[in-house]
Amino acid sequence: MADSLAGLDTFPKLLAHHAKARGALPALREKSLGIWQTWSWKRFADEARAFACGLAAAGFKRGDHLAIVGDNRPRLYAAMCAAQCLGGIPVPMYQDAAAAEMAFPIQNAGVEFALAEDQEQVDKLLEILPQCPALKRIYYDDPRGMRHYKQPQLAPYDTLLEQGRAALARDPALLETEIAKGSGSDTAAMFFTSGTTGNPKGVVLTHHALIDRAAAAAELEGLSDRDIVIAYLPPAWIGQNIFSYAQSFVTGYCICCPESAETVMTDMREIGPTYYFAPPRVLEALLTQVSIRMEDAGAIKRGLYRYFMALAQRVGGAILDGRPVGAADRLLYRLGDLLVYGPLRNVLGMSRVRVAYTAGEAIGPDLFKFYRSIGINLKQLYGSTETSVFVCIQPNGQVRADTVGPAVKGVELKFTPQRELLIRSPGLFKEYYKNPQATLEAKDPEGWFHTGDAGYLDQEGHLKIIDRVKDVGTLADGTLFAPKYLENKLKFFPYVKEAVMFGHGRDRVCAFVNIDMEAVGSWAEKRNLPYSGYTDLASRDEVFELVRECVEKVNADLAAEPELAGSQISRFLILHKELDADDGELTRTRKVRRGAIGDKYRELVEALHDGRQVVHVETQVRYEDGRTGLTSADLKLRDAKIFSPAGAKKAA
Amino acid sequence: MSQRGNPIGEVILSVEGVSLAFGGVRALTDVSFEVREHEVRAIIGPNGAGKSSMLNVINGVYHPQQGTIRFLGQTYHDMDPHETALAGIARTFQNLALFKGMSVLENILTGRNLRMRANLLLQALRAGPALREEIEHRERVEHIIDFLEIQPWRKTPVGRLPYGLQKRVDLARALAMEPRVLLLDEPMAGMNLEEKQDMCRFILDVNDHFGTTIVLIEHDMGVVMDISDRVVVLDYGKKIGDGTPHEVRASQAVIDAYLGVSH
Repeated sequence: MADSLAGLDTFPKLLAHHAKARGALPALREKSLGIWQTWSWKRFADEARAFACGLAAAGFKRGDHLAIVGDNRPRLYAAMCAAQCLGGIPVPMYQDAAAAEMAFPIQNAGVEFALAEDQEQVDKLLEILPQCPALKRIYYDDPRGMRHYKQPQLAPYDTLLEQGRAALARDPALLETEIAKGSGSDTAAMFFTSGTTGNPKGVVLTHHALIDRAAAAAELEGLSDRDIVIAYLPPAWIGQNIFSYAQSFVTGYCICCPESAETVMTDMREIGPTYYFAPPRVLEALLTQVSIRMEDAGAIKRGLYRYFMALAQRVGGAILDGRPVGAADRLLYRLGDLLVYGPLRNVLGMSRVRVAYTAGEAIGPDLFKFYRSIGINLKQLYGSTETSVFVCIQPNGQVRADTVGPAVKGVELKFTPQRELLIRSPGLFKEYYKNPQATLEAKDPEGWFHTGDAGYLDQEGHLKIIDRVKDVGTLADGTLFAPKYLENKLKFFPYVKEAVMFGHGRDRVCAFVNIDMEAVGSWAEKRNLPYSGYTDLASRDEVFELVRECVEKVNADLAAEPELAGSQISRFLILHKELDADDGELTRTRKVRRGAIGDKYRELVEALHDGRQVVHVETQVRYEDGRTGLTSADLKLRDAKIFSPAGAKKAA
Repeated sequence: MSQRGNPIGEVILSVEGVSLAFGGVRALTDVSFEVREHEVRAIIGPNGAGKSSMLNVINGVYHPQQGTIRFLGQTYHDMDPHETALAGIARTFQNLALFKGMSVLENILTGRNLRMRANLLLQALRAGPALREEIEHRERVEHIIDFLEIQPWRKTPVGRLPYGLQKRVDLARALAMEPRVLLLDEPMAGMNLEEKQDMCRFILDVNDHFGTTIVLIEHDMGVVMDISDRVVVLDYGKKIGDGTPHEVRASQAVIDAYLGVSH
């Protein structure tokens, strides 16, 4: 960053600064009618100020909340800053939420003013109006389909903007005192976190918290006003908001809003972002697309792809990290870059990406390595809404698939005896809105935030998250047992669809495995292995061998981790039926319900732990039409090799 | 249809005593009805009732042996497709008549063809006026692309699109002509439920937003009853009913035609 941001402690002050320092540079771009339209910083500031004056005239006061419902749109971002100019608090809300889900945040925050992107969002707000009597003004950005709406609460964004412009023309200094009144300790925004149980909680973040964290990460990555970001995830999610608002305000980089959710891939290719964020599921979907298209390619192309991807797997990561690689490999990689990696990055829209992050859930090592091997600097970070995102980031050259990196400047980490991660950082949230009970539970008097995540720091000070604290257990001898961590490790193999670990309070870890019917099925077909269905395939000795290899690879990995070497998987079985939400074995979002499965298959768990080789089971299954039936099978139980920490070095 | 942007106005198109025969086959016998400005008018009837023939007569593809068509105050005995297009009647086709190898954008731009004034040479040279004109046309087309939500497929060859989307492109091309009257030949044929719902919404939006008068043929009775203001019912080339969906539904002649009755 070239300019000093001293004294600029709120977002409106930062915006005023950019309008002066880089007024002509692009702040926002939006593809509209097929053409990228640019908003300069000056235009952005003018729009935000005019809208703020309009809001003020409509009665919006310091401390009021402005609900913003919609996708990434320049005018919605301008409104966000407009509310902040007046000392108000923008509350971005998920555009795909159902009307009923919107009622709680609006009631909770006592929202009187709302800005909706389009007719769809307006309809939802009107629907919940009876439950939210405080909501008195609803503005909308896109007037399409709105002209028959006669509700007195409604007004177009443009009207308010015009009123604001007129007021500003009469008194150009109208807003200055309001902006000057703001300070870093004021609330900047409120984000509702989707609680898995109960009502969502409004996380209150101050200007100081957001700006401090945005700046710390920007400094680490050397972000500048030359960077470009594409904003394609919901702005109500802190992850998108920090990349497309807070960090842009800190560094002055440009945000690009795609035309629609379906055009993101094309728009990204056109824009060529330099700074990119994607949760693992997006990266996975992109890779799948590439793989499918490669299967359809001609033989020469497929051959080239296979050869150079193998090379990239071997040396690509090392080259990106600046580790030594033989001259011949280096030269070959250069050729591969010309023929395969470069074009591939281009298709993905990642040709210019300098820094890419992934976070949100565990990422499979193969997926992670794929992107790094073709020269995309994909890294992991750790954070949450309560911490203004940036807690840990992997610095360049220290990137690994299984950690989330060391603490970012300003963050302190410590662990409870139960291994729960506690965080103290300038980026911490102020409170949960109107929920002192929850605030007290999450944030102790000394200012430590209790994350609920269990983890530890490895030898190099990198944070490793293993599981939720409530799920972490111990084996009988006190060894740490993190079931989800083990399950994830096993599930990263394409042949394994689901895995369930049992070991809490026992002397060893045992696993249930569901094979992936598609992957194992095609594996079997290639080997001319006939099978009649899932149960048949799952009982094949060859398949057991296949799964055993996966389990043993996991064990070899675990042996290299001193904290977890004791919890290697000693025995496993392949379940005779696929785990199913209809049978109460998975949640509706397809997470395994370990407790329920343990109860239902108690006999199998016992058999695994007491060392039997075969066990006969009968299970009731529920068909989709509600009828029930019985499946029975003789299940084989198998041992897997356990590696001693010393032996692991060789195996790995 | 309680609220609409443009209240139903005067008669814009009337068909008066039209009879059409192919050799000995009488496709239409003395059919008369009128279409008012800004309304959604449906033509329904069993297979072979003469619906498509009726549309083709209005459109100028077939020339009736008897009867006249009055459009915007002008009386025609028969019309020529090029003339009708110039006069402001656009149509879509039951079996899609898009250029499969051309992109969505190019297909829709062909709908602007009638309104292009610059000559071939100017266009080839991309000379000033031609370039300006092209930008105007492109802008118009982009508004339609935005309106019908087909942005993700601008550059995709039409032949690679699913059927429901091709229908939408067909509609977009017809809209690009900025017609006063839009003839839709089974806009929902072969669509799944979701595509049908989308298409209904687009038809109503077009009617509401651009004020385009719409004449459509449709088999799906649910759709017809939901979106049309008035319905003409044909059977064996004769008009057997005309009125609001409610009236038509109650008419014994219509029920007989649809359910079959012993003659």
